[in-house]
Amino acid sequence: MEVLKLTHDTTHPLALHLELTTTWLVEFLRDEVVRRRGFRRAVIGISGGVDSSLTAYLAAKALGPENVMGIRMPYRTSSPDSLAHAQLVVDALGIKSLTVDISPAVDGYLKLFPDADPRRRGNVMARTRMIVLFDQSMAFNALPLGTGNKSERLLGYYTWHADDSPPVNPLGDLFKTQVWALARHLGVPPVIVEKPATADLIQGQTDEGDFGITYYKADLILHYLLEGYSPERITEFGFTSGEILLVKGRLDSTHWKRSLPTSAMISQTAIGEYYLRPVDY
Amino acid sequence: MKIKLVLAQTKPKKGDYSANVAKVGEIFTTLAEKGLKTDLLCLPEACLSGYFLQGGVLDVARTAEQALADLQRQYQPYAKEPLDICLGFYEAYQDEVYNAALYATLGPEPQLIHVHRKLFLPTYGVFDEERFVGRGQRIQAFDTRFGRCAILICEDAWHSLSATIAALQGAELLFVPAASPGRGLHSPEPDNVRYWKRLAQNIAEEHGVFVINAALCGFEGGKGLSGGSSVVDPTGVFLLEAPVLQECLLPVELDRRDLLRARYYSPLLSDLRAALPTLLRELREVLP
Repeated sequence: MEVLKLTHDTTHPLALHLELTTTWLVEFLRDEVVRRRGFRRAVIGISGGVDSSLTAYLAAKALGPENVMGIRMPYRTSSPDSLAHAQLVVDALGIKSLTVDISPAVDGYLKLFPDADPRRRGNVMARTRMIVLFDQSMAFNALPLGTGNKSERLLGYYTWHADDSPPVNPLGDLFKTQVWALARHLGVPPVIVEKPATADLIQGQTDEGDFGITYYKADLILHYLLEGYSPERITEFGFTSGEILLVKGRLDSTHWKRSLPTSAMISQTAIGEYYLRPVDY
Repeated sequence: MKIKLVLAQTKPKKGDYSANVAKVGEIFTTLAEKGLKTDLLCLPEACLSGYFLQGGVLDVARTAEQALADLQRQYQPYAKEPLDICLGFYEAYQDEVYNAALYATLGPEPQLIHVHRKLFLPTYGVFDEERFVGRGQRIQAFDTRFGRCAILICEDAWHSLSATIAALQGAELLFVPAASPGRGLHSPEPDNVRYWKRLAQNIAEEHGVFVINAALCGFEGGKGLSGGSSVVDPTGVFLLEAPVLQECLLPVELDRRDLLRARYYSPLLSDLRAALPTLLRELREVLP
């Protein structure tokens, strides 16, 4: 008797139905921004990168372009491309825009600490951008939207209480490779989607250069780790032990960054421990 | 006999019992204004408060009698005609809070007919029910003017034994109010909606019952309660498939004559009754 070797039609584990995902995230923004929190408008820090561009595209669909403000916040060492690419998004969507040069604020502070290393300087820039974003949200009577994706959240690749601080974030459960796919689907300009991802805090910096692994690989390894596969088993999917340990190391060392600050519990009504109410209650 | 059912796929106002009772009142008004003759209105799990409340269940829990009185007050302008209603709410009962669903008749002679308290309280992953509500202990079919019915709430229906018990008790209409957070966006419908439809269809076909799955919709703290409600007839045919995430009213007609037809051609429930002594003996052996 013939032995048949049949295999399932396996799709990529991170494949998304892009139409449904778009609907899902647009409805998420309408519900969380308008219904739950009572805002009609949103502000987004647009860097010219794919995450903030995609967030702007989704927000324009959800709230209408007239209700979305894209804020460019360059520092004097930021790449000129970042500013130009952010403008492409503003022009394509017809959203409102504002440019705030953060150099005087950042330099005003850092001149007190001229020896601050690049990491400290990057953190100061990121936190200064949040001061601007939250202040402008009040001026525009809007809610700030976050733009962080699942890959950078899991790898801890952001400034704590800066990039992660906006109260509503549509991309937080999308890996970077999924962000790219959705951005292409929604027509984000190819020059933005195709360029190497960068935090643009240090000249010439790229995310993948900082990680030592591509997003394509890191996302799949993260996916398998979160699905409960052991590192040994993940090697069966074609990843080296070194790659898996690199990703797992970042994941395991950054749980604190995905949590609220730790409070000492001394009562039976400790907030978040005993006194439990959801964010939208 | 044909039953004019309206399934309401709703987005509650989080934690606001009065606003959500008023919202049911708006549904009564809409049905009257649109001239939609309705025998039976079905709403989702926790539709008078929203689903993810954590300790907020204490604030919104009401007795079934109180909920009935509040619903009857909303129905008063239309109370010449009776309307049966099945909906999910957080219930205060004997000094405990339950995730419950009531079946009642509103109208000239309002009557609370049955309350089901959820037995299977998901407490894993995104769910945390058992931390905040008590566990129901009974599955009980009950008689209504439209036939014998039973209620299973959300995960109750994920265990095939629950629907089996309801069917063996004679249920012909099975109400399944649910609140299912959407996940798995790989195909035109989220994975959880696809699973729910498979489940509803399997229950309907296996036992020859109507399955009415009313699913909550709207985002709660980032979790998108998916909607995607459905109604399946006893032969397994979908009479209604609701869109995802969209608040809507969906009228559908149930023809009780389908029960006989379905059970004649697929007498699985009858087979089950015949084999029940054997199954019960086997079941006793696996009991701890």
